[in-house]
Amino acid sequence: MLEQSYYDKADEIISQHGTVQRFLIPIIQDIQSYYRYLPPELLSYVAKRLGINEAKAYSVATFYENFSFEAKGKYVIRVCDGTACHVRKSTAILDQIYKETGLGKGRHTTDDMLFTLETVSCLGACGLAPVLTVNDVVHPAMTPEKVHELFEELRGAKG
Amino acid sequence: MRIENREALDKRRKEAKEAMKRPAHRILVCAGTGCLAGGSAKIYDRFSELAAGRDDVSVEFGAEIAHAEVKRSGCHGFCEMGPLVRIEPKNYLYVKVKEEDCDEIFETSIQNDLPVERLLYEADGVKYETQEKIPFYEKQTRLVLKNCGHIDAENIDEYLAVGGYQALEKALFELTPQAVVEEISESNLRGRGGGGFQTGYKWKQVARQKEADKYIVCNGDEGDPGAFMDRSVMEGDPHKMLEGMMIAGYAVGAQNGYIYVRAEYPLAISRLKLAIAQAEEAGLLGDRILGTDFSFRVHINRGAGAFVCGEGSALTASIEGERGMPRTKPPRTVEQGLFAKPTVLNNVETYANVPMIINAGAAWYRTIGTEGSPGTKAFALTGSVKNTGLIEVPMGTNLRKIVYDIGGGVKNDVPFKAVQIGGPSGGCLVTSNLEVALDFDSLKKLNAMIGSGGLVVMDENTCMVEVARFFMNFTQNESCGKCVPCREGTKRMLDILEDIVAGKGTKESLQTLEELGEAITNTALCGLGKSAALPVLSTLRNFREEYLDHVEKKCCKTGTCQALMQYKIKPDLCKGCSKCARNCPVSAISGKIKEPFVIDQGLCIKCGSCLDNCPFGAIVKES
Repeated sequence: MLEQSYYDKADEIISQHGTVQRFLIPIIQDIQSYYRYLPPELLSYVAKRLGINEAKAYSVATFYENFSFEAKGKYVIRVCDGTACHVRKSTAILDQIYKETGLGKGRHTTDDMLFTLETVSCLGACGLAPVLTVNDVVHPAMTPEKVHELFEELRGAKG
Repeated sequence: MRIENREALDKRRKEAKEAMKRPAHRILVCAGTGCLAGGSAKIYDRFSELAAGRDDVSVEFGAEIAHAEVKRSGCHGFCEMGPLVRIEPKNYLYVKVKEEDCDEIFETSIQNDLPVERLLYEADGVKYETQEKIPFYEKQTRLVLKNCGHIDAENIDEYLAVGGYQALEKALFELTPQAVVEEISESNLRGRGGGGFQTGYKWKQVARQKEADKYIVCNGDEGDPGAFMDRSVMEGDPHKMLEGMMIAGYAVGAQNGYIYVRAEYPLAISRLKLAIAQAEEAGLLGDRILGTDFSFRVHINRGAGAFVCGEGSALTASIEGERGMPRTKPPRTVEQGLFAKPTVLNNVETYANVPMIINAGAAWYRTIGTEGSPGTKAFALTGSVKNTGLIEVPMGTNLRKIVYDIGGGVKNDVPFKAVQIGGPSGGCLVTSNLEVALDFDSLKKLNAMIGSGGLVVMDENTCMVEVARFFMNFTQNESCGKCVPCREGTKRMLDILEDIVAGKGTKESLQTLEELGEAITNTALCGLGKSAALPVLSTLRNFREEYLDHVEKKCCKTGTCQALMQYKIKPDLCKGCSKCARNCPVSAISGKIKEPFVIDQGLCIKCGSCLDNCPFGAIVKES
């Protein structure tokens, strides 16, 4: 069971939109951007408030890649593996991040909740390939060395 | 302030023009995603400081003194060279500007009107003072992207000053809705989202529906890897797209518009929100626009990371709060689209074409481009090409002009191999297609499509089998799973392609790929499924030799496919230090100290750690 504050926050977000199904996605997007993940309890709660059944809400939330039922790390790193980045060797960038974080296929968040790694198909910054974003800040023309520097910097900033 | 009628709009526009004219010098700092990433915010800050100081100076020297004004403009489309700064009125364009350069620019170009030579764009030994003279721009025809980078995307008055909302005004006061539909039909504007369907015909069908509620939907879910044209319009000239949507609303009798933007475009979302708020405040959106009977509202929906939502019926389902899955048609979107009401669904670029057609007329529009595909097309030029970025050319421009004249040729002067057009739904164009005039119809004949307009240039070092695998991986990931051909078929095709790049493919694999590809193309439910196999079929047709090399000779000439590579130690360079052997995770390297070591190819897992660790460069990777 979540703390009451979570439900209050959900109520606040719901009141900014409305209680019909077409607001389901915007509402859970706002919840996710606030908590950096979508607590499953809140999804059930939102479904109840919107008068749709839980299975429906769940089917929608699981369909879209952006929703995560697991808490994400402090830094969400998205590595672009779109065509342009791929052609410009984004795989080497990804490998370097695996090295830095110990993450890999099937493991997306570090145990200390500092880093979450995601790959995306295109960030729309192909001219700067290969790119990655850290909490939506774009880091252009990455190299494995620059990745290493970036992690030094992020780790340094945590304290 | 709300604009109540035509006269008031005219007055506001005149004031806006005045406001835009006043400063003798303008410093435009690019605030597109690319340039922001390059640190343009700091440059903006520095110029603001300098310009603030300048105001003091102007007081001292009298009222006539020029003062510079810093703007946040949209993308200049020259992403590779950012951050970009442009100085008006001389239009000096500076590339790769750093914070430290600001003072010098201010001193030289604002005080003395001279260019800072070292920051000018240089190509093949020639320096170009202004943006317009650079071949990358000179060879383009910028109509849709005309304002991008030239006006402040966050200020509705600047859009008004350059003639914005004139088309809406003309439509509302001088044309009947039927006449608007007629004009768009006459122009033969075709949907820029990929299919090339006639926009006017779509509008006509929606206009004749008897339903009271109709919707205008804008597809800004630009998900194709390698495409970013729509993003640039949404970020650089959001009002143009809004104006196009409003005109569509007036023409077909719709009261509400929805823009579906992918969540990966936060700047586009915030710019559009601001544009909508400003238009509402000005009375250009909302009830009784400009005092007429026409009311129109625009809503924004953020995507949530599903590529398939770029498909019309999936997109409308997503706006309704459902899973974004396509449905069988008919009924078509024009009859039962969003909320099961008649809906006009076009993409960003298509709407952005509308105002100029209404302003200058269908006859003028048809003078641009080709007979079957009038107008221009924006492409995102990326990959192994010297100048990457957003380009706009008349339909019918040939590939050679795009890759060589505008793009400056292949990067590092490696021979050209192919262009992947239209992303994961498109095909590849090869050297023999360089002279083909690109438009909807000519590409169809080549089994490719404009798609959303991504152009990824590939050079000789690109492995086409790996490219095909990459696209299939993408499509397979994004398959929504509703229909079997796409869900299962793409999975099987991907399995086969993965086998081929891992050196486990056979000649029969190629035939199976073709059979599967054709079956999926013929039977998938939606456009995405139907086109999913195109990249594979297209590379199989154009680069069969390369596939055969992979399956028969187990060799990848480009050196891309790791599994087909062999790491070897050059005996003449090896000093026998044993560093490689100590670093090898699978103990595949052995030898005597001070004598050349050897790699056991049977044990080698091709991790490359020996190559990274060799102090003498004695280890090579061979195909």
